[in-house]
Amino acid sequence: MNAMLEVERVSKSYGGVRANRSISLSVEEGRIVGLIGPNGSGKTTLFSSIVGTHPIDEGVIRFEGREISHLRAADVARLGLIRTFQQTRIYGRMTCVENMLISSSQRGSSLFDLFRARNPLREKRAEELLEFVGLHPKRHLQAGSLSFGQQKLLEFAMALMNEPKMLMLDEPTAGINPTLINGVIDRLKRANEEFGITLFVIEHNMRVIMNLAEYIYCLAHGELLAQGRPDEVRNDQRVVDAYLGSH
Amino acid sequence: MLDNIEILVQAPVITLDLVLNGLLLGAIFALAAYGMALVWGVMNIINIAQGEFVILGGYVAVVMAAYGIHPLIAVPVAALLLYAIGWALYRTVIFRIVDRDLFTSILATFGISIVLQQLMNTIFGGNVRIADAGLGTVFLMNGMVSLAQVKLLAFALAAVLGSTLVVFLKRSRLGQAIRATAQHPRAARVLGIDTDRVYAATYGLNAAICGACGALVAMAYTVHPYIGLPYTIRSFMIVVVAGLGNLAGVIAAGLGLGAAENVAGFVFGTQYQLAFVFLLLVVVLVWRNRRLARKRGYLK
Amino acid sequence: MSKSRRPLLGHLAILAIGIAAPLVFPAWQSQMAELWLFIVFALTWDLVGGQMGYNSFGNVVFLGVGMYACVVTQVGLFYQVSAYNDARGGGATIFTFDPRQYFEGLAIGLPVGAVLAALTAAFLGSLVLGMRGHYFAICTLGLGVAAGELANGWEWIGAGSGMVPPNPPGAIGDLSRFYYYLAFALAIVTFLGLRWLYTTRFRFAINAIRDNEDKAEAMGLRTTQIKTTAWVIAAFFLGIAGGILGNLKRFIDPIDTAFAGATFGVWMVLMAVLGGKGTLWGPVIGAILFQVFKEASWTYLLGWQRVALGLLIVLIVVFFPQGIMGFLRERFPAWFGHRVEGVKDMDAVEETKAR
Ligand SMILES: Nc1ncnc2c1ncn2[C@@H]1O[C@H](COP(=O)(O)OP(=O)(O)OP(=O)(O)O)[C@@H](O)[C@H]1O
Ligand SMILES: [Mg+2]
Repeated sequence: MNAMLEVERVSKSYGGVRANRSISLSVEEGRIVGLIGPNGSGKTTLFSSIVGTHPIDEGVIRFEGREISHLRAADVARLGLIRTFQQTRIYGRMTCVENMLISSSQRGSSLFDLFRARNPLREKRAEELLEFVGLHPKRHLQAGSLSFGQQKLLEFAMALMNEPKMLMLDEPTAGINPTLINGVIDRLKRANEEFGITLFVIEHNMRVIMNLAEYIYCLAHGELLAQGRPDEVRNDQRVVDAYLGSH
Repeated sequence: MLDNIEILVQAPVITLDLVLNGLLLGAIFALAAYGMALVWGVMNIINIAQGEFVILGGYVAVVMAAYGIHPLIAVPVAALLLYAIGWALYRTVIFRIVDRDLFTSILATFGISIVLQQLMNTIFGGNVRIADAGLGTVFLMNGMVSLAQVKLLAFALAAVLGSTLVVFLKRSRLGQAIRATAQHPRAARVLGIDTDRVYAATYGLNAAICGACGALVAMAYTVHPYIGLPYTIRSFMIVVVAGLGNLAGVIAAGLGLGAAENVAGFVFGTQYQLAFVFLLLVVVLVWRNRRLARKRGYLK
Repeated sequence: MSKSRRPLLGHLAILAIGIAAPLVFPAWQSQMAELWLFIVFALTWDLVGGQMGYNSFGNVVFLGVGMYACVVTQVGLFYQVSAYNDARGGGATIFTFDPRQYFEGLAIGLPVGAVLAALTAAFLGSLVLGMRGHYFAICTLGLGVAAGELANGWEWIGAGSGMVPPNPPGAIGDLSRFYYYLAFALAIVTFLGLRWLYTTRFRFAINAIRDNEDKAEAMGLRTTQIKTTAWVIAAFFLGIAGGILGNLKRFIDPIDTAFAGATFGVWMVLMAVLGGKGTLWGPVIGAILFQVFKEASWTYLLGWQRVALGLLIVLIVVFFPQGIMGFLRERFPAWFGHRVEGVKDMDAVEETKAR
């Protein structure tokens, strides 16, 4: 199996805080891989490093064999590697449909394409995906007026609209009504199976991640603590200690 | 221009003269910038009317001098008067925009600055005015370096005022309340600090600082209804370079700006001195942006 | 069908008013010409300030560049610019332009002004559009003043004593009505141009930048390129407006007409805010109301008009920051197409009670 995303000995510190220390991991194409760890263990930092939000201090990041360590965020996204945010980010004063329409893939597209006439296929796709996440009735509302959970769903739909090869989700179920979480898991799985998107998911909810991921990495204090299949990780004493120790 | 640079290189004493005179002016810039940093840091407002407060303080000195009162006395009077004006502005306008976005506060204080400008123009006329303090000039190095005593006096007063202010903010109850509010307004409120009053006092204090600066400006330099904006821009620039809450930085940047401006005025010609100030602002901001660009943060 | 015909009738009515106005109210012609240019100011400001969220106080740079470039071209095609400007102190030569020269100069000057303004925007944009929020606002404020001060010291374009556009040849007489129609045409073209622009995804892109620039970048939008393009478009129209304004005013003062940050520069912002940022009609309405207010205060508040304008800024920003269109959008979201369809659960409606 070839790794789609390879992270090799990546370090990142903020001033004195060493948020990531020589982390190496890889995500294989077509898989759903989880990333867990106590609060402040450096998960979000790693995501930001991978997609080029900030420069890394050391290490190499490769996507589909191509080094992306020094690419800027927009260029990484254009390769088909999209992330979502822990503190949901949507375009609050635009309607949901507009949020979707501007989220379509920028791969290979130029500035000029923004001036092109409307594309019915794109509009149809936007509606389908809004339907997919259950926001279709609200598609003409300003996104900022949606509830937090709905915004999370919208952000997920926007990410799908981008037709990424790989999608990195930062806590997709945080803030979502527990009764709806199963629906989210189901949609994530469908995104993986039907749309063929590789998923790399940060998640605090153990039930969710055990259910979802085929392979899990665990961070603690900025270092890679453990990795393996869900049941292996769950029973790993170090992981248990890390979680207990942090609370 | 090149000729002028050559003069500076060949006669370093002229450079010395320019730099020294610039440093004297820079102290006033630093003081006004300190006030801006105070309002910015505590209230999260960038006060575009800063320069108009300065000029208004200057007119207090001008008017008093016209009645034969020595401008030195005008310094505390201008400070008090401007405190009242600042406080009144807070109670009428500023309190409504404290928790709004920065664009709102910029535009609102811009509006205030226009009103003040026009009022000053209507009341005091459009001429360049000074408040004569009747002091001589000190000559150094065989008369090659000349320093007006009044500028030396202004420098000394600015230093005294600045240090008083720092001690005041450190020691007094109000000062402590201001610092607490700056750090965490909600927590300050929980601890029983009336943040609204703190804001009013802060805004008034800044206006008072500007008023005192203005009296010094009128004494040692000149005032005119429409030269407020450059003072605002200088303050802003100094705060950007120094960073909020960095006193030593504000002093260094203020003095440096004064010296740089004076030398630039000589090199490019005084008609370009203002252009220099504003272009320097652009350069400073572009530089800051470049520096930040690559380490732009981590996004939750 | 009547629904789609109504706006058309409205547009025709505006067209008719615009054409007939100077004939019916010749005394107000110059104010109305200025109004059309103000509409261009407000519309172009809003493209970047309202739709994209980059509040610029320095758009006068493009106005001034367009103005000087146009007039310098008008002169420079036929005479030496420096000689022309020197002669204003009473030189020996009298510079005249025959009708062909005059209109040729104008026909070349206006586009030259537009292109130079656009190039200026492209250059400045690459420097300053990376700044966020208030740093951008104050930086552009500085740019506007700096440009004025530079023009004020530059002898070749007349420095502080300004520059006079070519006199219309005696044979054609007064051209103020001609410039009125030029200003009117520019307002229409700008409006239609932006209206088209706002139907494209470019508008979504700049709205996205306004709402969350980091997200836009994370989704693959090349934000710097997009922002610069928006500024270039605004500058292009402003450049033409500058050329027209210079010829309309018949005198260019570097600080009071061309790079007039304290007047036009702030007014643009005010007009857009008053009418409602981020809408197509808002700036138009704002410009009309503002011009009425300005002229009224000129008439009734002599000596205090600038004070009144400053107060107006404070009042609007403090009490009415959402502007007229924003106010309507809050009150009647459905007019703006914000509605729920096929509601299943009522909580959904609860939640959507506009921000
Ligand atoms: N911009 C920053 N400046 C300084 N320190 C930071 C910054 N961002 C994050 N940190 C620190 O880096 C460490 C890792 O933070 P990060 O947000 O990556 O953790 P996380 O695993 O995502 O936590 P959580 O589960 O709470 O989301 C923390 O100690 C945090 O305080
Ligand atoms: Mg996190």
